[in-house]
Amino acid sequence: MSLWPRLENLLPQVQKPARYIGCEQGAQAPTHGAGIVSWLLTYPDTYEIGLPNQGLQILYEILNERDDAAAERAYSPWTDLEALLRREKIPLFSVDTHRPAGVFDVIAFNLSAELTYTNLLNCIDLAGVPIHSTARADSEPLIGVGGHCTYNPEPIADFVDFVVLGDGEEVVGEITEIVREWKDTGRFDGSRRSVLRELAKVAGVYVPSMYQVAYDGAFIAEVTPRFADVPATVEKRTVADLADWPYPKQQLVPLTEVVHDRLSVEVFRGCTRGCRFCQAGMITRPVRERPAEQVRTMISDGLARTGYDEVALTSLSTADFSGIRQVIGETISDAGCDQVSVALPSLRVDAFTVGIAAEIQRARRTGLTFAPEAGSWRMRQVINKLIREEDLYGAVESAYSQGWRRMKLYFLTGLPTETDEDTLGIAELARNCVALGRRHHSSPSVTVSVGGFVPKPFTPFQWFGQNTVVELSRKIGLLRDDLRQNKGVQLKWHDPKATLAEGITSRGDRRLGPVIEYVWRKGGTFQEWSEHFNYDLWLEAMAASGCDVDWYVHRHRTDDEVLPWDHLSAGLHKDFLWQDWRDSLNELGLEDCRWTPCYDCGACTGYGIEHVVASTSPPAGGSQGTGVDLSQGGAVPVVLGKRPRAESNGDDPQPRRLVGVG
Amino acid sequence: MRIRIRFSKHGKVRFTSHRDVARIFQRVLRRAGLPVAYSQGFSPRPKIAFGLALSTGHESEAEYLDIDLDPERTDGLEMGDLPARLSNELPEGMAVTAAVVIDRRTASLQQAVTSCTWQIDVVDTDANTVAGAVARALAAETLVVTRERKGREVTDDLRPGVLSLDVEGPVEAEEDEGSRVRLVAELATKPRALRVSELLGALDPPLIEHRVLRLHQWTTNETDARQRSNPLNAAASALVGAT
Repeated sequence: MSLWPRLENLLPQVQKPARYIGCEQGAQAPTHGAGIVSWLLTYPDTYEIGLPNQGLQILYEILNERDDAAAERAYSPWTDLEALLRREKIPLFSVDTHRPAGVFDVIAFNLSAELTYTNLLNCIDLAGVPIHSTARADSEPLIGVGGHCTYNPEPIADFVDFVVLGDGEEVVGEITEIVREWKDTGRFDGSRRSVLRELAKVAGVYVPSMYQVAYDGAFIAEVTPRFADVPATVEKRTVADLADWPYPKQQLVPLTEVVHDRLSVEVFRGCTRGCRFCQAGMITRPVRERPAEQVRTMISDGLARTGYDEVALTSLSTADFSGIRQVIGETISDAGCDQVSVALPSLRVDAFTVGIAAEIQRARRTGLTFAPEAGSWRMRQVINKLIREEDLYGAVESAYSQGWRRMKLYFLTGLPTETDEDTLGIAELARNCVALGRRHHSSPSVTVSVGGFVPKPFTPFQWFGQNTVVELSRKIGLLRDDLRQNKGVQLKWHDPKATLAEGITSRGDRRLGPVIEYVWRKGGTFQEWSEHFNYDLWLEAMAASGCDVDWYVHRHRTDDEVLPWDHLSAGLHKDFLWQDWRDSLNELGLEDCRWTPCYDCGACTGYGIEHVVASTSPPAGGSQGTGVDLSQGGAVPVVLGKRPRAESNGDDPQPRRLVGVG
Repeated sequence: MRIRIRFSKHGKVRFTSHRDVARIFQRVLRRAGLPVAYSQGFSPRPKIAFGLALSTGHESEAEYLDIDLDPERTDGLEMGDLPARLSNELPEGMAVTAAVVIDRRTASLQQAVTSCTWQIDVVDTDANTVAGAVARALAAETLVVTRERKGREVTDDLRPGVLSLDVEGPVEAEEDEGSRVRLVAELATKPRALRVSELLGALDPPLIEHRVLRLHQWTTNETDARQRSNPLNAAASALVGAT
């Protein structure tokens, strides 16, 4: 069954062959056979990008702990190996035991980015499975997908058998049981349809072929289930208590270089900051914190087991973790951890955060990254990223004074209501940061990274018409001209053409299936990689399929429009999102709801669970979530050169719903 | 306190690079709880030193690594347990086969090793062709190759670096694969390391490598050039001499 003897003759001819050997610490070689459902968990990008993916690793362990399941992993082969595989007629394979992908019962893909959709098709094809779900035989694997992109799976509806919405920890077991029964009964002729119908009844599982889309001209009239026992709306799955799921327990330690090559411990899931552009923050609600004690255990066990000297505490905003001080304090004072560094990948912008960073990066103070996202306070109220300039300057000043020399600032452009003044505010902020740095160093450097905004489903901006390539390029040009004379500021930007391609797939409907298929058939794989991205091919595919770019990407949607994902639910009320969109246009900010009254977004109520936080008082620092009256310019605890104070500065206990409005 | 270990690398893991192996050992040493000494400064690094790089895809019986240990934490360290303790943490296909304490004045692996013995399986050929190519190479006064180095063409004579080259005979191959012949070669590493692929490419006709295995690395006795030894014995005897 192993393809290894054939593969090993090809590997001397390809770049970085260690990507294909498996053998990682933590890798498993599960038993396959009757009564055991085999899953091939596949990341449709390179090994270096896919290996660290925590979602895939969590499911790998949970499935392999079951008696009735066996899980292996696969990644997209790079173009050199793909050419050899096709020439030698060798299929896609698992890296664990090098089994052919086609013998697995389920091939499940993690979809984290829309531009990987053509790689999804390529992997299905390399597995020897028909790319269209309707063409698959009873004997062929089920193709499933999960991950953030699946909140609008309509563009790939033709290619997948089932879609999982939300947390996968529990639902993979339920799917396994249904597939096991199917396998036990011998997968007789025509049984594929019935197993799909069974899967459609599982909460959190969406089977596109069980739904019919009716159109009204260019618009969608309705999406309806084909059968009475198939739910009209598919709700996402939510794991109520992270403490029940301390995974991965045996994080994979790769033998070759990968991105994020370190131990990762997830400290919480969900986010209630309410940044309106951020799909992750909306769809992963409510907030569920892992108990600080469990975080500590996972760190110390993980470091001892893996031999890593770095641990990342992951979440959407790690400085908000209520146990942050305790965990970091204990980790760095732990005797066995003398050479260990702690990484906080999602930093809030304020001096408190810098204080934490100072504690954990006692040695390597090279660069620090902040994401103010927009250049003016007005714009930041529109997107609800309520960072005042004082917050940013406080953080930057604090960082420079404590030894950091390089700052990286992330911004978005092409946001709703954005004016040239807002855009140029980015340059102004960057210049002021460099000026602050000059007080401490002779040559401070600020890198400004600008991405084009792509509106995403299940966010208040899902109705917004994305900026055109011309408009995004013009805005980047404005910034480039404005910053030309400024030493110390480096401007980097994301290709507006790639932003457009992402926009096509982000809010598309089922009519985009042929577009994705066209791009793939013309060789358009690895579209996330700038050296492979092919803009003209996407435009050509849209034209060939009769799809209008302007209609799909740049058009503002109205209140009454049926959106392609309206039959799916991320737990958020549509009218909450619409109200938030209106508030946004009125430049109204909305505070973090963990310490204010509920805004009834629907995320908690739908699941009968509340935000799980370890502390009844909000974390210190920053103007957001502290109850500080932002419109009155409340004081932010910025301590320069010294350790910032740990307590909240919120003197005003009055919760307020809306802040801002000059 | 400095120790020198020998390790092997076989099977799937042969596709890891020299840099990968360095990273693997850094983690293995931490997992095994060895009291490795760290460099000072802003980014402390474990003090470990590898010998000659092994090409990605080649296997080996004889890789070496020097490790500095923190003398304040070496109490109770059993050298005899070390190979098993480290092998336990290494990926499948890698194993530590010996470990000795060496004198800190011992020449580094990079300096000390003068030649390596290689087992080379070539493919898509037969024993007679290989024997002919080997005989021609050994009889030749020079084996001149031109190669590109930093954008300039350089000519090199490989012949002085070929210390020995023998045909061992045909090797059994899988049904659908071409026939294979095994060679054993000792190739010099000074003044520069002669690579197996360079040698095969310089033969007439050129031969295609299938599997390559490093069998030995050799150091030469400073006083008697005819006496050669492996880096462990050389270092260990030097230590005995020093104490």
